[in-house]
Order: sequence, then structure tokens, then C-alpha cells
Amino acid sequence: MTRPMRSLVKPQFVALALILLLNWILFPGFFSFFVRDGRIYGSLIDVLNRGAPVAILAIGMTAVIATRGIDLSVGAVMAIAGAVAATMVGDGTPLFIVLMAALGVGLLCGLWNGTLVAVLGLQPIIATLILMVAGRGIAQTITEGFIVTFNDPGLIFLGSGAMLGLPTPIIIMATLAVLATAVFRLTALGLFVQSIGVNESASTYAGLRSRALLIGVYAFAGFCAATSGIIAAADIRGADANNVGLWLELDAILAVVIGGTSLMGGRFSIPMSVVGALIIQAMNTGILVSGFPPEFNLLVKAALIIVILVVQSPLAGRIWYFVAPSRERPPDDRPSRTTATSAEGGPK
Amino acid sequence: MKLVNLLALSVSTFAVMGSGAMAQSGLEGMTIGFSQIGSESGWRAAETSVTRQQAEEWGVNLQFSDAQQRQENQIRAIRSFVAQGVDAILLAPVVATGWEEVLSEAKDAEIPVVLLDRGIEAPEDLYLTSVASDQVLEGRVAGEWLVEEVAGEECRVVELQGTVGSSPAINRKQGFEEAIAETDTIEIVRSQTGDFTRAQGKQVMEGFLRAENGGADICALYAHNDDMAVGAIQAINEAGLAPGEDILVVSIDAVPDIFTAIAAGEANATVELTPNMAGPAFEALDAYLNDGVEPEKFIITESRLYTAEDDPEGEAERRRGLGY
Repeated sequence: MTRPMRSLVKPQFVALALILLLNWILFPGFFSFFVRDGRIYGSLIDVLNRGAPVAILAIGMTAVIATRGIDLSVGAVMAIAGAVAATMVGDGTPLFIVLMAALGVGLLCGLWNGTLVAVLGLQPIIATLILMVAGRGIAQTITEGFIVTFNDPGLIFLGSGAMLGLPTPIIIMATLAVLATAVFRLTALGLFVQSIGVNESASTYAGLRSRALLIGVYAFAGFCAATSGIIAAADIRGADANNVGLWLELDAILAVVIGGTSLMGGRFSIPMSVVGALIIQAMNTGILVSGFPPEFNLLVKAALIIVILVVQSPLAGRIWYFVAPSRERPPDDRPSRTTATSAEGGPK
Repeated sequence: MKLVNLLALSVSTFAVMGSGAMAQSGLEGMTIGFSQIGSESGWRAAETSVTRQQAEEWGVNLQFSDAQQRQENQIRAIRSFVAQGVDAILLAPVVATGWEEVLSEAKDAEIPVVLLDRGIEAPEDLYLTSVASDQVLEGRVAGEWLVEEVAGEECRVVELQGTVGSSPAINRKQGFEEAIAETDTIEIVRSQTGDFTRAQGKQVMEGFLRAENGGADICALYAHNDDMAVGAIQAINEAGLAPGEDILVVSIDAVPDIFTAIAAGEANATVELTPNMAGPAFEALDAYLNDGVEPEKFIITESRLYTAEDDPEGEAERRRGLGY
């Protein structure tokens, strides 16, 4: 079987298709959309639009997890970036400077995490837990505990405006995903990151500047989190330091895992993590339009996630090759195994 | 500006307290300790500033202690109030359990304790009274407004619930349902949680709008708090409908931003969760300490309805001054 064919039957695409189908059964208008004022509306667009913040977090998280790390602070960094953007734009600062400052703060947060991990050698889960807890406090200090609202049309555009007929967050997500994939795949950077995840000291002995690379990867995750935080604040025209990005770090990690990147580091795929984020959002949107009572939200979500992870498990992969009819057994089934092992150690 | 706020507040206080206003000197010069939970929300900050203003009006020397969400800080604060020999203690308890011991100490020292805003699980003789809002009533007031507003016409309502399982979500839902049960023309067609936040309120409302024929089939939105309503209003606007006209909006809490929306015609009504818990508490203490009158065990604050006729711009301005 050729590679492009194989990549089409990845379990993530099957999962996404099944969830969309389920949504359609529960809500027949799910696939319908209409155009008004040159902008497309519909549930599918909602999935992309609402999934964008987590997808952007997942892009950064993928790189971190590929180095066998984890970043728990991304939700808090969202809150900080949103708070910075909202307070500065409220003071009348030009939008360009506001965005540079908010993204810069995100980069700084990432540098902090990276330094703790790469220089001090702290365990990533503990190193980033520090900022996860402290970051929300920093954001609340910036907003002084209020929801800081703003009316700057430029900033609002980033959250609820539209370009090329699509909501701006979708465009930002797609651009970032394409750029990040290109940088990691068209240069050796992806390979370096992967090799750190497989064996950091071996990579260092082989001549890689692991320390600088690690710091860079966490800084990238901080940048992505800040981007996501700006979008979230722009969406509600206010910085809600208490609630923005709350628990989204877990959704981002889940998106990466569903996308097939192992928490043990190594092989990673940014586009598949974005697909993972969209799978999660497709569930959320489906729950919203289906009319289930809210008491079932978490139950439905958990059940679907279990099914998705089971389908991706190594055992399911082997069974699939055994029962799949008229399919040539691959001479070496390692590629399928590596995709499938991704499900091990899912966070929930 | 401060003066205007104070003036407006004292006017409203006089209106609420009625005859009590005449006896305000009763607590003059007394020292009262206030153990506040923290300042986790705008409402909490407003409660603190209203309590300070009330203390000033009554001539009370208020000892304020911010517990920063920790029960041990509150217990320590109460012990230090007892050691100081204050005349009374106001307590906004952060959790419901674990108060028996420290409240017994206050009781032994014959210092009356008044609970603000939340109840506790402890023998009733450990505190003088508890001042709180009736969350079921809040929901009922919102529902009654809608019943009157639609006046017998068909109305399909969507509901944004608070956090699943939280007591305000359960009670505010129950109260609203009781109110609309009187008519058979109003029904809740969709109900989903928005976790009391703007972002979720907006996202869930988008789902409602898609599922209900682009919003054309929705007559009204009932949100368990104002923040979710503010988010939902943005979603309605972005769907090309006029919130407040195409879809009626009623919510609970009465925070400044909802008054801005009411002033702009984008929301219709809000039910106040009053931050003035201290006023009724001082009144009860005055009656108890000076005349020996035992107050009722549970004092319910007023759940007042505000609409476009209640000077929404002025209310927004006045409330911002309170620290919401």
C-alpha cells in the first residue's frame, strides 16, 4: 500500500468523520451553512472557529511533547497575554505594539519554562506547574481582578472578524499550522526536536545544542499560548483572567495525544494534533447542538475519548491488520505500530 | 464622583431600610470584625466596599480581614476578633463545614456572629442570624418578568445554566421554572451550561442559535448570571439578530456591564443579587445589642428587578464605583 493511501485511513480521520456523522444524526442541520455579508456561517465553521484556540495551543504543545516534555502553563499564559492585550489597548496603545507586547510576554513565559527545564534540569511537569499556578495570579494582578473590556475594532477583529469569508481565528490557526509544519519539516529542526525526545544525552553527544533547542521549543509553546490568549480575549471583547484558558492545557495535551504524538517523545505531527483539537471541538459543538442535558456533557465526552483511544491502541491496530480484507500485509508493520502506540498513556 | 456614589448609595439604603435609617446611631462607636472570603469576583469586591460604606454610616469601627479564600485565615481572624473583644463579628464563610469550634469560642465570649451571603452546616445557636439572598426567588423574579413581558404569547426560551451541580445553578433554574409553570405558552426548549463565564456563554449561545433555525425560533434567553448573558448578546449580534428585541434577554446578578447592555437596548432585565448584606446585618445587630430583640434565623435580602426604566446608565456608573 502506498504512503498517501495509508495516511488517508489514519484512525484520527475515521474518528473525526464518525463524530461529525454522529453530530449530523443528532442534529440534521449540522452540515448546512449559509453566506451572509460575505461570511460563511454554519456548525462546521463553528467547529473550526471554536477549535482554533486549542488547536493553536496544541501546535506548540506538540513540539514540547516531542522533546518528551509537557507544558501545563499554556492556559495561564493565555490569561496573561489576554490581560496584557486588554489593559494596553484600553490605555489607547496602538494595536501593533499591543500585539507585540502580548506575544512578547508569551515568549518570555516560554523562556522561563524552558530555562527551568533545560538549565536547572527540573522535571517539565513540575517546572511548568509553577507558571500554571502563578500565571493566573499574574494575570489577575494585571487586570486587578476585573474583567477588563475593550472596544478596539482592530483587536476585536482578531477574535470575531472574518477574512476570505472565514472567521479570523481559523485563518490564524491555519497559517500558524502551515508555517510551523514547514519550519519543522523543511529544515532539520523537526529531526533535532525528535532526537532530543528519543534520547537527549545521545543527541547532545552527537553535537546537538539540546539546551538551546529545548528553551526554544518552550518559547514557541509560550508564543502559541499568547496567540491563543489574544484570540480568546478578542472573542469576548474582554480579558477574563479567572476563566480564560482554564483547563485548556489538558485539552491541548489530549489533542496532541489523539493526533498520534507519544507522550514519551520522538515522532510528532503538528497537522495531526490540529486534527486532534478539531475532534475534541467537534464533540463539544455536537453536545451543544444536540440538546443533551448538561449533566451528560462530561460523560459523553469521556465515552467518546475512550472509544477514540481504544481504536488507536496497538491492539486494535493489530486486529485491524488481521481482519482487513484483501489488504497486503505490510512487509514490516512498524509504521502502524508507531502510529498506534500514540494512544498509550493518554491523560484521562 | 466618590461623593456622588456615596450619596446614591445612601439614598438607596434609606429606601431599603425604611424606618431603620432613623435608628442608625444605635451601633455608634462599636467595633465589629468582618472576615471576608477574598476578592475573587467583582460582586465580592462590591460587597466589601458596601460593607465599609455601611459601617461608616452606622458609625461602626469596622475591623476588616481578607481571608484570601482560606478557611484557616478566617478561623485565625475570628480568634483575633474574640481576643480583641469586638462587639460583634460578620462572617462570609468560604466553606460550609468546620466552624463549630471557633464559633463556640465566640459564643463563650458572648460575641454575636452574623453570617453573610452563605450558610454553614453548624448548630443554629452558634450564630445570631444569617443574611443571604434567596436564589430560588431570584430565578422566580426573572421568570415572572418574562411571563408578564410576553403576556400570553408563545415563547420558546433557551437557558444558559451556571456550573453543573452548583447551588445557584440548581436554585435559579428551579425558581425560573416555577414562575413559567403558571403559563403553558412559555417553554424552555434548550438548556445547557455556560459555566458562569462570558466565553462559554457566547459559545453555547452560538450552538443554540444554529440549532434553533439561526435564532429565528428563539423568543427569549434566560442566563443564570449576567456574564454569560453578556457573552450570549455578542453571539446574537454576530448572528445578525438584535438582542433585546428579536431575542429577549433576562439574567441575574446586576453587574455594571449588563446595565450598559440594558442602556444600549441589548438586554431587557436583570435581577439584583444585592451586595448590601451588611445593612440588614447591622440592623439585626442594632436590635439585638440595644433592645435585646432576637432576629429571625434567616434574613432574606431583596431580589430586585431592574429594567430599562431604572436608569441603567446611572446604575452602571454607580456600580463601577463599588469595585464590581
